[in-house]
Amino acid sequence: MKSTARSFKENARQALKNQRLQKSLKVMGRGFVEKRAKARAALPEFDALCQQGQAIKTHTLEHLDLYLEVYEKQLAASGGHLHLAQTAQQACQQILQICRNSNARLVTKGKSMVAEEIGLNEHLEEAGLRVVETDLGEYIIQLRKEPPSHIVAPAVHVGADQVEADFRRVHQNLPPNRNLSDPAALVFEARNMLRHEFINADIGITGANFLVAQTGTSVIVTNEGNGDLTQSLAPVHIVIASIDKLVPTLNDASTLIRVLARSATGQSITTYTTFSTGPRRPQDLDGPQQYHVVLLDNGRTEQLAGDFSDALRCIRCGACMNHCPVYQSIGGHAYGWVYPGPIGAVLNPSFLGLEETADLPNASTLCGRCEEVCPMGIKLPDLMRKWREKHHAAGGPPAMVRTSLTAWAFVAKRPWLYQLLTGMMMPLLAKFAGRKHHFRWLPLASGWTTSRDLPAPSGKTFMSLLKKHQREGRL
Amino acid sequence: MTENTNSDKAPQVGLFVTCLVDLFRPVVGFAAMKLLQEAGCHVSVPLAQTCCGQPAYNSGDRRAAQALAIEVIKNFDRFDYVVAPSGSCAGMLKTHYPDLLKETDHAEQALLFADKVFELTSFLVDICRLQTVDRDFPGRITYHDACAGLRELHVRQQPRQLLHSMRGLELCEMPDGEACCGFGGTFCIKYPDISDAMVGKKCANITAANAPTLLGGDLGCLMNMAGKLSRDGSPVEVRHVAEILAGMADEPPIAGESRPDRGKQK
Repeated sequence: MKSTARSFKENARQALKNQRLQKSLKVMGRGFVEKRAKARAALPEFDALCQQGQAIKTHTLEHLDLYLEVYEKQLAASGGHLHLAQTAQQACQQILQICRNSNARLVTKGKSMVAEEIGLNEHLEEAGLRVVETDLGEYIIQLRKEPPSHIVAPAVHVGADQVEADFRRVHQNLPPNRNLSDPAALVFEARNMLRHEFINADIGITGANFLVAQTGTSVIVTNEGNGDLTQSLAPVHIVIASIDKLVPTLNDASTLIRVLARSATGQSITTYTTFSTGPRRPQDLDGPQQYHVVLLDNGRTEQLAGDFSDALRCIRCGACMNHCPVYQSIGGHAYGWVYPGPIGAVLNPSFLGLEETADLPNASTLCGRCEEVCPMGIKLPDLMRKWREKHHAAGGPPAMVRTSLTAWAFVAKRPWLYQLLTGMMMPLLAKFAGRKHHFRWLPLASGWTTSRDLPAPSGKTFMSLLKKHQREGRL
Repeated sequence: MTENTNSDKAPQVGLFVTCLVDLFRPVVGFAAMKLLQEAGCHVSVPLAQTCCGQPAYNSGDRRAAQALAIEVIKNFDRFDYVVAPSGSCAGMLKTHYPDLLKETDHAEQALLFADKVFELTSFLVDICRLQTVDRDFPGRITYHDACAGLRELHVRQQPRQLLHSMRGLELCEMPDGEACCGFGGTFCIKYPDISDAMVGKKCANITAANAPTLLGGDLGCLMNMAGKLSRDGSPVEVRHVAEILAGMADEPPIAGESRPDRGKQK
């Protein structure tokens, strides 16, 4: 996926003007927040579970080499194949090679953010394969040739009427007068279209929510069952997952699953939670003949050793973006790359570099709601601030911003000068504002005054008044 | 420095005025002094104070922020308590200075310093054990929980408890009260469109609370909301909570002209 993070400001401006998007965001905003709050309230041990989950992730990341070794051994023992990929490019090539080895033409895909991260669909399609997304949201945005706007609900920005129009445009062989006016009819139609693809698929690709070292198992959580059909009907199942998905044991995976669904959609557990271990065994009724795992690093080992290692605990629940007032205002596409919202503001600079993504960690009020709801206790505002420090240290911010900041700091470090200047300026501003007590416009303050009045100072500063009172013996 | 003594045994409180109160709304500083003195504190205001350093810290200029933080600690270290009429600035001193100064010679000092820093209303309730405020405020108010106070310092119930105890005051909660108002310091200047969308939603929720007065504990957020309400022609008056608690709501509200029919305290 090509990044548009560099034009974040313009993206955001367009998003704010997009009435349809604003309507979707309004509906989405309240839904996710309320559902999570209910799920949390219904489980007294929720916070304790989150802490257990954090400890599991921290422990695994600290001993990643050990658990990778165990996982590799168990995966091999169950008949699966492991492919280690350092980069996105390598992962794509390895997956293409597996496809070629089985002369594949049709690939079905479960929802995977890592696949988005490495640009898998484009890579396979360029090589002549047909790739069909089978998660309903992903299916919709694939028809629309759009990237996901949310990591859990990829088509959250699309209205039902738009989906109807897309289905009529693409599903040309169906009767034009069919009724698609309610969401159930849309789901039914997508289901029928996808049935054929599942049955005819040569390869099924899924992501993984967890990889279990103890058993060499990959785990996916879904609500549509498309993941199960993708991975058990095709003769070859490929799992594409990043190294941070590892957990030591099945028990650990269970703990995290209890936290994940509640944080993401407010469910106690998703409709399907599927554990895959190796290819089909002789006594199994179904399952793939081959089971491959492409394990992606893509900078994560480096991240693990750096300032942003905490972000590797992320289990991709989306709670941070669901609760983020900036995400709620502009949606996911404005962030310009795979991971939107607060977690994207922390992850994307690692993947794309700060020059491309500098706006993302800056475009936050640091209100702290993301940190508050993050089940993995990732201090997202602190990490965004850390990116700002790196950006500043690298001379990133515009000269105007840097100069103003330096001038302000120079004065603020000298109280006598500060009080001399402010003591003269504030009464003047108050006088200019007059009895209205605000400015509708002020030079250099247009960022504020375009949409808000700027409150005027009362008059003299507190420090001037205090000294005056002191002189007069009133204090 | 100026001092005001209640008694020799009174806790020594250094008032961190905050730059916005100093520059824009001194009455909040004087209201804070009055409330602290009434609660039995000996209040001092070190004159060599400017800003907590947040604009630099949140813009990534760690070194400038460190220099200011060291000055603040130097000026305030001798008090039993340091109190600010702002959750955001108190949060900076209390929760961020230890991180900011961890690689400097002041690391340990910052940790000790953090322990004695408080936001005004939480200090009055949690430390001074103030239960009630013996004053009138006739009318309905709604309250905005500013983010840093709410999430860094857990200030939520304290201002409400004090306001509830005032005669005639009726507290009307707004929908989605814990959502950010879109101020965010330099955020509102750097990303004005997004900030405007956020404060627009906030003002709709304020209006839905159906109260003629909006109170809060952070002047930055209050100026943002007052500016938007003023531009939209809303009749809602905006004030810092300390003004009401101290019975000092005689000044015109933030960004607006005083209306004789409301906000008068006895």
